Amino acid sequence: MKEDQKLSDLLQENYIDETVQAYQGSRFKVVMKRLFRRKTAVFGLVVILLLVFISIFGQWVAPHDFEAYDYMNTLQGPSADHWFGTDHYGRDIFSRILVGTRLTLGVALSSVIVGAAIGAVLGLLAGYYGHWLDSLIMRGADVLFAFPDILLAIAIVAILGSGIVNVWIAVMVFTVPSFARMVRSATLSVKSSLYVEAAQSIGSNDQRLLFRHIMPGTMQTFIVNFTMRIGSAIMAASSLSFLGFGADVTDPEWGAMLSQGRTYMDIAPHMVLFPGLVIFLTVLAFNLLGDGLRDALDPKIK
Amino acid sequence: MGRYFFRRVLQTIPLMLIISILVFLFIHMIPGDPARTLAGKDADVAEVQAIREQLGLNDNIFVQYIKYMGRIFGGDFGQSYKSGIPTTQLIGERMQNTIRLVLSAMLWAPLLGILFGVLSAVHRGGFVDHLLMFIAILGLSAPGFWLGLMGIQVFAVNLGWLPVSGLNGWKGLILPSFVMGIGCMAEMARYARSSMLDVMREDYVRTARAKGQVERKVIFFHAFRNALIQIVTILGLQIGALLSGSVLTETVFSIPGIGRLLVDSIFFRDYPVIQALLMLFAFQYVVINLIVDVLYGFINPKIRLE
Repeated sequence: MKEDQKLSDLLQENYIDETVQAYQGSRFKVVMKRLFRRKTAVFGLVVILLLVFISIFGQWVAPHDFEAYDYMNTLQGPSADHWFGTDHYGRDIFSRILVGTRLTLGVALSSVIVGAAIGAVLGLLAGYYGHWLDSLIMRGADVLFAFPDILLAIAIVAILGSGIVNVWIAVMVFTVPSFARMVRSATLSVKSSLYVEAAQSIGSNDQRLLFRHIMPGTMQTFIVNFTMRIGSAIMAASSLSFLGFGADVTDPEWGAMLSQGRTYMDIAPHMVLFPGLVIFLTVLAFNLLGDGLRDALDPKIK
Repeated sequence: MGRYFFRRVLQTIPLMLIISILVFLFIHMIPGDPARTLAGKDADVAEVQAIREQLGLNDNIFVQYIKYMGRIFGGDFGQSYKSGIPTTQLIGERMQNTIRLVLSAMLWAPLLGILFGVLSAVHRGGFVDHLLMFIAILGLSAPGFWLGLMGIQVFAVNLGWLPVSGLNGWKGLILPSFVMGIGCMAEMARYARSSMLDVMREDYVRTARAKGQVERKVIFFHAFRNALIQIVTILGLQIGALLSGSVLTETVFSIPGIGRLLVDSIFFRDYPVIQALLMLFAFQYVVINLIVDVLYGFINPKIRLE
């Protein structure tokens, strides 16, 4: 309740901010300007854009065939020909990482998109209609929250079995409750704001109120959480792969590559070093961008 | 206070009930016939039937649940399919290692995190703030299992300072405790910083400064004590997350704890053990949050009077 109050205060203040800015020019421009002033956020954005580029063109950019076995050159350390070295089949690790970007990023991104959409709709409904629907949805979220972090994902994989599709489902499910909670409290605060009351009084129906007036008001918190969640989704998916529940060992998924490298850790530590480093940088990029977005959207929190 | 405590305890009962139903249904949610899955590919019809009988799967589902809960209240979580040992005994043996691990991380991570956060807030915008928050976001973004593996490579294999695996002596605890606590430390630092900044904007802090109070006293007695209310809330969540972090940490360092047991049990499809562990993890999380809420009411009179 206290949190809701705080959020409502913030949103109210922002609402005034927004009105002021509407006179001063586009809000989007203001936010972008604030965002670009932060070097760390720009770094995050550049890394993410690069990753998106790689996930589209990785196959063509890769210097070697990512599946080509080369038994003469197994477990080689980094060299001019193989920047990140080779694995136990002599495959080029750099190329595998490039090609695997699409898989790793795609799984994280799509699962968070679906999870966030489901969570957001549930949160909107819970916050707007209240009463038993609210209790039902929020108690459901509580139950999912009772399995902290990756444990929920592990529990789901335990039921469904290993594999990348099941990892996708697991990450999706564990994204839902956090969005439901967040959007619900944002909805509660927006619901009581003047412009919603105004829309209500001119006779907008529920659907229009929800999607035209309330949902845009929750976008701010949504965007920040969304960016951060992609980072945790990548982390969760690669953790599951590391534990052996995730991607097939032949897939160039980063967590799976790292997991395989573990066996050769003592003679070829680069097999663990590079995939891990790439996971680290990717998660860092999303977190930095998320931080930057939060401060740009709401400078007061900083 | 008594009433608040009582109400809060009552609220957890439906939650635990739903969790218990979910964990019970777990075995029914597995695609296909669980009895057939358990019996294996080569089993004939009679064997499958025997297993079905043994699991009580022929009963009505409500009867099954009641029986299941009855056994749990009697302390019987079934036997491990893999080893035949009672699940409670199996978990009991492993529990000690996990508790040691969690405690070793709890000793430093939240404290250091809060310290970082307070220092950052006090030096807001300065070098210390940027440095500490950079450390925090690195800690938040680094995959623990990767840090652990690289740590083993550098400190155990290359330098030979620490043991490669296990929890032998205090030296064996250093790396696992670091891997376990780093995320918690980072989260606490970020959270403590923003709580402190929130509080330092309050009127009573301005008043304290205006009346000429020494800055150190303003920070500790006026600001920090109030920020603590928010910090305690997140601490509970973090401790719960620590326990689930044991799954990865114990795998990296080959520590026979309950996290590793969960992973092994999933590979062996050792369902009674998985069920018991899921129940245990959820239960500890609910209890920790209950303790935090009660603590919260204790620190913040506004809450318990509501």
